Amino acid sequence: MPQVFDIFLLEAVLNGLLLGGLFALLSLGLNLIFGVIDVVWICYAELIMVGMYTIWWLHTQQGLPLPLAFAASIAFVGALGAALHQFVIRPVLAAEPINQLLVTGGVLFLLQALVTVAFGVEFRNLGVRLPGVNAGEMSFSGSRIVAFAVAMVAIAATYFFLNRTYMGTAIRAISQDRAIMPLMGVNASRVYLLTSAIGGALAGLAACLLVLQYDVHPAIGLSFGPLTFLICVLGGLGNLIGGFLAAFVFAQLISVGGFFFQLEWGYVIAFAFFIATMFWRPEGLLSRRKAR
Amino acid sequence: MSKSRIVFAVLLAALAVTPLLGPGKYALHLMVMALLWSYIYTSWSIMGRLGMVSFGHGAFLGIGAYTVVMLWNLAGVSPWIGAVVAVALTLVVALLIGLPCFRFKIVGHYFALVTLALSEVTRLIIVGLRDHTGGSLGLTPKPALTDGATASLSALQFEDKAVWFYIVLLFWLGALWVWHRVDRSMNRLALQAISEEEDAAASIGIDVTRAKLTVTLISAAMTCLGGVLYAQYQLYVNPETVSGIGISLQMVFGVIAGGLFVMLGPTVGAVFLLLLSESLRVLIGNKVLGVDITLYGLLLVVFIIYMPKGILGTVLQRVAPGSGAAAK
Repeated sequence: MPQVFDIFLLEAVLNGLLLGGLFALLSLGLNLIFGVIDVVWICYAELIMVGMYTIWWLHTQQGLPLPLAFAASIAFVGALGAALHQFVIRPVLAAEPINQLLVTGGVLFLLQALVTVAFGVEFRNLGVRLPGVNAGEMSFSGSRIVAFAVAMVAIAATYFFLNRTYMGTAIRAISQDRAIMPLMGVNASRVYLLTSAIGGALAGLAACLLVLQYDVHPAIGLSFGPLTFLICVLGGLGNLIGGFLAAFVFAQLISVGGFFFQLEWGYVIAFAFFIATMFWRPEGLLSRRKAR
Repeated sequence: MSKSRIVFAVLLAALAVTPLLGPGKYALHLMVMALLWSYIYTSWSIMGRLGMVSFGHGAFLGIGAYTVVMLWNLAGVSPWIGAVVAVALTLVVALLIGLPCFRFKIVGHYFALVTLALSEVTRLIIVGLRDHTGGSLGLTPKPALTDGATASLSALQFEDKAVWFYIVLLFWLGALWVWHRVDRSMNRLALQAISEEEDAAASIGIDVTRAKLTVTLISAAMTCLGGVLYAQYQLYVNPETVSGIGISLQMVFGVIAGGLFVMLGPTVGAVFLLLLSESLRVLIGNKVLGVDITLYGLLLVVFIIYMPKGILGTVLQRVAPGSGAAAK
C-alpha cells in the first residue's frame, strides 16, 4: 500500500539524515588535516577504532563511568593524533605525497594489529542501550539521534573555533598559503601539531558516538574508512563545507539505497555515484582547489 | 653475455631444478606462493613505478579469481575460457576508471583514493551477490579430479604442486619480461616526463591519456591473471583475501619493501613478506593473533621513512651507485 511505502521511505530518509550528521563529523577531522597539512591520514578510521576500544575497555573492563571514558577517548586519541604527526608524518612531509599515504597505511595495519593482540578479534559491545524514539510507525534509535545532535554541536564548535579564535585563524591561514605563513611569524609546526591533535580529538569524539551504536572489532575501520575518504574527496579534499554537504548526500544514498535493495547495495550505489562524480567534477563538487 | 645475465641464468636454472630435488610439500607450497605473489607484485609495480600508484589492484585480482571460479561452478565453463572472460572484464573496468581519471588529470591522492574506492566496490559487490558468490564465506571451485586423477588440463586443476611451480615460474618470468619491455619502451620515458611535469610533456606531443592507459591496462590484465592462478591453485577464494583495501595495501607494501624502481624489487618484497609471515607463524603460532600484521605495519612505516627505495633498491645503491633504474 502506498501509505506504508511512504512512511518507511520517510524513515529511511530521516535515518539518512541522522547518519549524515555522523559522517559529517568523521569527514571534518580528515578534511581539517588535509586542508592544513596536505596529508591524508589513511588510518583515520583506525584512530576512531582505538578510541572505541578505549571507551569499551575503560567502561566495561575497568568500571569507569561512561562520561569519563568518553573524555578519556577524546584526550587519548587527540594525543595519538599529535604523536602520529610528530613521529610518522613529519619525517616524510618533504617526500612525495604517495609516501605520506603509504606511511599512514602502515599505521593502519599497526593499529589494527595492536588492538588484535590486545583484545582479540571478537566483537565487543559497550552494553549501553539508549531508548528508541517512535514517531507514528517510524522508529529511530536513540543513540543515532544523540550522535546527530552531538555531531552538530561539535561541528558548530569547530566552526566557531576556526573563525573566531586566534589559533583557528592561524590554521585557516596556513591552509590557504602554506609558504607565506611562517614569514608572517606563525610557527608552522606548532600549528600542524595542534591541527593533528584537534583532528585526533574529533576522531575520539566520533568514537564516543559510534561506540553507542556499533560493536567494535579490529576490522571496523574498513567499514567506514574508505567511505570517509570518498566523502571528503566528493566534497573537495580540504573543503570543510563541501565535506559537510557530501556527507549528507552519501548518507542519503546509503540509507535510501539500502532501503530499496539489500544493505550492501546502498554502499555500492554510493561508491558508484562517487566514481561517476569523479568523471564529472574531478576536484570534488565544491572544491576550491584545482586538481594539480 | 654480461656478468649479471650469467648470474641470473644460473640462478634461474637452479630454481627450475629445485622441485626435482624432492623438497617436500610445504617447501614447494612456499615457493609457489613466493613466485605467485612476486608475479602479482611485479604486475602492480609496472604501473606503480611510473607515477600511477593504485590502491585498487585488489579489484583486478578479485575479478580474475571470482570470474573463473563462478563460471566453472555455475556454468561448467573451463577456466581457460573463464580467464579470457576475466581479462576482458578487467580491461573494461580498468578502462572505465582509467579513462576519466587520466583525461581529467586525477593524480596522486585523488587517484589513490579513487582506486581505493574501486577495490572496495568490487569487494562489496562480491559480498552483496552472496547467493552466487558465497559472500564472505568464500567460494571453492568444483573439484575436477575424480577417480584418482591428479591433473586436469581443461579444468586447470593439478594436484602436484610441482606442476604449479613451473606454471607460476613461467608467469613470473613473463612478468619480468613485460617489466623489462615497458622499461625500454617510449612509454616509460613518456610517463617519467609526465610524472615530473604533465603539462610540459603534453606540450611536446605526448599523448598523456594514451600512455597512462596503455600501462594501466597491461598492469590490470596481468594482475587479473594472477587472480586466476591464485584461485586455481588455492582452490578457495574469499572476498577479503583477493579484493578490498587489505590486499591492495599489501601489494603496495610488498613492492615498496622490495624496491619500487628495480625489476626484481617486487620479487624481493614478496619473498620478504612471505618469510616474515611464515616465520612469525612458526615462532608464535596462532596463539597470539595479529603479531605479524603489527610487524607489517611497523616495517611499512619504518621503510617509508628510512628506506623509501626498498631493500633491493637500497642495496643496489650501496653496491653500484649510479647504476640501476631509479627514477628519482
